[in-house]
Amino acid sequence: MADQPTASERFIQGILPENPVYRQLLGLCSTLAVTNGMKSAITMACSVAFVLVCANVVISLIRSLLKPHLRIVVFTLTIATFVTIADRLLAAYLYQMSKTLGPYIPLIIVNCIIICRCEVCASKQSVFIAASDALGQSIGFGLALSSIAVIREILGTGSLFGIHILPSAWPDWVIMVLPPGAFLTLGLLLGFINWLGMRKSGGRGI
Amino acid sequence: MNIQNTNLGQAWLVILLSVIFGISLAGVQAALGPKIEENKLKETLAKVPVVILGQKAADDLAAKGENLNIKPNTVSIDNKGVKKFYTVYRADFKNGTTAGWVAKTYGQGYADKVEMLIGMDFDIKHVTGIFILDQKETPGLGNKIVEESWRSQFSNKPTDTPFNVVKQGKVGINEIDAVSGATISSKVVTKLVNQTISDLKLKIVETHGRASLLFNSDEKSNEKGGK
Repeated sequence: MADQPTASERFIQGILPENPVYRQLLGLCSTLAVTNGMKSAITMACSVAFVLVCANVVISLIRSLLKPHLRIVVFTLTIATFVTIADRLLAAYLYQMSKTLGPYIPLIIVNCIIICRCEVCASKQSVFIAASDALGQSIGFGLALSSIAVIREILGTGSLFGIHILPSAWPDWVIMVLPPGAFLTLGLLLGFINWLGMRKSGGRGI
Repeated sequence: MNIQNTNLGQAWLVILLSVIFGISLAGVQAALGPKIEENKLKETLAKVPVVILGQKAADDLAAKGENLNIKPNTVSIDNKGVKKFYTVYRADFKNGTTAGWVAKTYGQGYADKVEMLIGMDFDIKHVTGIFILDQKETPGLGNKIVEESWRSQFSNKPTDTPFNVVKQGKVGINEIDAVSGATISSKVVTKLVNQTISDLKLKIVETHGRASLLFNSDEKSNEKGGK
């Protein structure tokens, strides 16, 4: 396993170089759906982080017992368990938020970021590496969600975290909090980040 | 025979994990279930004045410090031998007159259970409003049933004609415009409203004269509400 990345490499990779949203284009369903406000974006990012870290650690612990043809079943089972726990925790302690996010919390089960990390990293590497990988990817996902949510919430409602920050003369761009705003923002940011990457690599693309 | 090649030899990990995860989820549910129920009850009680009086009047009343007095009751309906239970909240003004009734009901939606509140005036002549407590309908389509603009179609409508869902362009009395792209979710809510009214109308009107007497007697055991 000499060619496998180390813990710190895994951690760094997840944040920007292999950002789950901007580089791997994974987990876009929740990215588009819950980024109309910072509060829901942060809650979503934290829930995904919880599920990702727990699933990665558990899968890594049992990685030597996995049968190749049954591994996806085990991944799904593990992920579904932690998603259910996250869903119940939110319903118990952040009831209104859990209602706002509605079905998107249970839908973390089908978020490809998590099954991808189980497959790529946790089923092959040690617990410590798997945990740092999960943390890195979670931070990357959180950054991606917040970057979109900041733009959408400010332009769409003139506020951030529900607190008004723009002068009241600002005409709220309602479209930004509606689904089209999610596509527009994600598309523009994705283009911007690719453009940055291209400039860095001397215009040769990535 | 090599144990590795038997079904159990292949699948033992999946089975073992299912059991472990199942037990842990049961534990989580046992620990958090009461808390979640409490949250739901709190929300229900907060919404009762709103479904009966409307948001503005409810806010005004709360600002004056004259909150409605809300009492939960369980009403059992015997429909051709099938017993059905409703949690019905009676909301009284401070002076003791009844403002209205709110029934809690649920049914199978397009995706999952839809749980809702139906507000009715004191003599069950009108629906005063509805509120969706819990649903997991399709995001962007079916989940629009929670929006005020759709729900308000039920507000202040007479209860003597059943509600009827039309695809678009309601004309007749008690016709409800379906959420576009979500006819099933719209029908589920409408059916629940109709069902609840037909189940409860006579029962409440009949007993309304001696309502306080009847309900006070079985109030104690019904804090949690029925199914």
